[in-house]
Amino acid sequence: MHIAIIGNGISGISAARWIRKLSDYKITVISSESEYFFSRTALMYIYMGHMRYEDTKPYEDWFWDKNRINLIHDYVESIDFQSDTLSLKDQGQISYDQLIIATGSAPNRFGWPGQDLKGVGSLYHLQDLGVMEHYSRDLSRAVIVGGGLIGIEMAEMFLSRDIPVTMVVREKSFWDNILPTEESLMISRHIVRHHIDLRLSSNLKEIVDDGAGRASAVIIAETGEKIPCGYVGLTAGVHPNIQWLGETPIETNRGILVSDRLQTNIDNVWAIGDCVELRNPMPGRRGVEAIWYTGRMMGETCAYNICGQEVSYDPGIWFNSAKFLDIEYQVYGDIRPYATPEGQESLYWEHLEGEKSVRIVYEKASKKVVGFNLMGIRFRHEVCEQWIKTSTSVEEVLINLDLAHFDPEFYQSYKNELLETYYKLTGHQLSAKEMNGLDKVLSFLNS
Amino acid sequence: MSQPYKSMSLVHPNPKNLDIVQKAMIAISLLGLLLIVLAQEKSSYLLALSMLLISSGIIGFAWRSYLTRPSGIQNNGIWFRSISSRGILGWITGLILTFFYIILYWYPQYLGLGIEGAPNRGIVGFFDPLAMALKGTPASQWFVYGTLYTLAIFSFGIKFIWKYRHNRYQILRTISVMISQMFFAYLIPELLEGLNEEYSTKWFDKDLKNMWPLDYDFFDQWHIANMSSTGLLGWSVLIFSLLLIFVISPYLTYRYGKRWYCSWVCGCGGLAETAGDSFRHLSDKSLKSWKIERWLIHSILVFVVVMTIAVVYGYLGDDSSRYYITRTMFTVIVVSLLVVTGLIVRFWMKQAGRNDLNKVIYGILGLIGVILLINYLSGSGNAFFIDNYTFKKWYGLLIGATFSGVIGVGFYPLMGNRVWCRFGCPMAAILGLQQKFFSRFRITTNGNQCISCGNCSTYCEMGIDVRSYAQKGQDIIRASCVGCGICAAVCPRGVLRLENAGTDIFAKGLELRNNHVMVH
Repeated sequence: MHIAIIGNGISGISAARWIRKLSDYKITVISSESEYFFSRTALMYIYMGHMRYEDTKPYEDWFWDKNRINLIHDYVESIDFQSDTLSLKDQGQISYDQLIIATGSAPNRFGWPGQDLKGVGSLYHLQDLGVMEHYSRDLSRAVIVGGGLIGIEMAEMFLSRDIPVTMVVREKSFWDNILPTEESLMISRHIVRHHIDLRLSSNLKEIVDDGAGRASAVIIAETGEKIPCGYVGLTAGVHPNIQWLGETPIETNRGILVSDRLQTNIDNVWAIGDCVELRNPMPGRRGVEAIWYTGRMMGETCAYNICGQEVSYDPGIWFNSAKFLDIEYQVYGDIRPYATPEGQESLYWEHLEGEKSVRIVYEKASKKVVGFNLMGIRFRHEVCEQWIKTSTSVEEVLINLDLAHFDPEFYQSYKNELLETYYKLTGHQLSAKEMNGLDKVLSFLNS
Repeated sequence: MSQPYKSMSLVHPNPKNLDIVQKAMIAISLLGLLLIVLAQEKSSYLLALSMLLISSGIIGFAWRSYLTRPSGIQNNGIWFRSISSRGILGWITGLILTFFYIILYWYPQYLGLGIEGAPNRGIVGFFDPLAMALKGTPASQWFVYGTLYTLAIFSFGIKFIWKYRHNRYQILRTISVMISQMFFAYLIPELLEGLNEEYSTKWFDKDLKNMWPLDYDFFDQWHIANMSSTGLLGWSVLIFSLLLIFVISPYLTYRYGKRWYCSWVCGCGGLAETAGDSFRHLSDKSLKSWKIERWLIHSILVFVVVMTIAVVYGYLGDDSSRYYITRTMFTVIVVSLLVVTGLIVRFWMKQAGRNDLNKVIYGILGLIGVILLINYLSGSGNAFFIDNYTFKKWYGLLIGATFSGVIGVGFYPLMGNRVWCRFGCPMAAILGLQQKFFSRFRITTNGNQCISCGNCSTYCEMGIDVRSYAQKGQDIIRASCVGCGICAAVCPRGVLRLENAGTDIFAKGLELRNNHVMVH
């Protein structure tokens, strides 16, 4: 049995590793991006001088031979689903028994005038970093269009080299289509504190050509203002990278449509990671979820299915994390943007200095907790997950809040502040239990 | 498709340069060092001035680098700078440090040390006023070294605290190593020697935290004799040191892991964490270097144990009126300790359901015991067939001086700041074995949050591939981990936490916290 995997990102590589753990099949991973698997989440750190490219490789180069995972550095030009054959650009044809497509995302470009000029880039592929590096020399200003996680990363990258940055963001407040209002305002303040020129409620009208085919400025739609710059970063989200498939018998919508077992409409073709769209996403989750851990889980799930053990893809309770400049962000469960929805109550406490906060959202009637949103404070994933899964009441959570504490030792715990906030909100006076230490956590998790 | 983007580590196209203030601060520090090298006269004022210039330059540099920007991770440009990426400046610094240690250990006369009663000149002489003030005797090369060492930990300690001012674990840990060095290693011993002439003529180590086997001289005849003949202080130090080795240290390591020593107290660790912080990412993370590390450090541990047994065996006699402990008693004690160690290993292996290492450990313990017994029973004056002092001589030269000093600090800019602690220190080896097998300490991983970015591995000074555990959701149980906590600090997703727990001590690190596929 020969398994061919297109794409050596976290999804494709997770699938390859798990297939190797579960079977003796022949495995081939094909990538045109890089010879070896690297962590694209660390691209920013290469540019910032925190890490070298080789430090971003999670496995040493000998790992692949040792585990008999065959790596091919080439581009798949077409797939013949009749004869189960891949055509590579340089290295001819490869036939497979099972095919896994894991080609990830591609950055969105919404047809802006000038979007294909030189000096316009994104931040997704290893090659994008080369473009950024090239245009960073003597760069007087970079303009970043789009206010998502990649946009803020790109801003941090330029800041690390003292290159002035303007961010053009469609939303009224940073990432307010994801974050509740207070947290969104906190991040907006933090961005300005780092001397980023943040333009909210602003859209890109066009990128101006300097006459030689290079971007020289952007024009803001709302004001007509022209902002001169030498690099334009387009970071307005990503979409499944499936255009390369062309006319194909594989059913697609926004992404490659897959079943719960991650199978496409063709029996021996599977798809995982950012490039897929689930036919039946779990309640409360989207069909396309371009996140690191979903790719990893899909890779593992797909491996089980290919190796003969039927498993449905189950990403569990929603969680995510990110870092906005110096503020870490973690979310567990169902946290809605803007105001707290009808029927729910939001216990929100913010540190006086305005760079840390805890939000616990619960059902008003039943008091059962539905989500945690954290800024500048770390909570323990497993504990939050168990609380949400078992519909624990918010009071029980507050009393045992120490269990979730995941900040380093000697950090202040803010449980008393939260209890006080809860008292102000509801009039209920609670007193917290001392639940410090891993022993208590282990006994809670195993109970 | 274009060619993959290659590493930028060698020649960076757009380095962020130091600003004028940072350059000035470096110049001030170097001026202070130059003053020490060039000064011709003994002057308390000049000495104080040089100390002040060195430390204020370092502290001023830190102020300009960190306090002028918001608190947070400050690793921008680390791999672009020549000094911290094995560039020209890194190599030059490494060579200068190595050269300094060679002079210090083997040619102190070139530092100006007065030989055979001659007065000190040059660099050593320059420090005479301070030595006279502290303890009433002229300086030695070790006094100069101790002073500069303390100054480095103090100044770079402030730099480190400012760099991690958002992190209380880092702040407290650094204050702890600064106090340990300033008082326990430097001021208290020097002042004590000034109080009573006997303490310096019958010299013994008054640095309470400098314990065997890091302090490999501890059980030497002269050292034990000096301690046991200088009254209350000597006896107190002797008894406390023995308690530290056999009771306090095992207990603290059980409670908190080896970090209580290696990154909170130890002087070598103190220098590595403060002055060496800029080089922590240079440690090799490959599996190959881990293999070398395990062979090397444990061989040195066996070496120091054998050496110490030989030395003590060599000077003990069998006349019970002259020795508190006779050679016979000593042999019995050593063999008993070897047996007890074997039993502890056996107990652990059983509890943890493992049997992968025990044969090697029993073999080594048994070999030491059997050879000692053969020699003892045959009435040999040697513990291990060859002359007892041979072990000591070679250990002192190869490990004590060359490895811990010349390579240990000289190679900071080339192999990272913990070269000695990772590959050489027998103290770290003992604490590490205990940490791995019988300690509550571990680094836990936060469920599924790891994004495999690799910051943790990159900034691990011990060369642990932290990411390989974190991305599996496996808690990190490694003998070498000194618990500096930097992996947890640099993690952008809040994945790592240093923790202690006793309930699962034999099963720690076995669970994978992020494996979500359940097969029914």
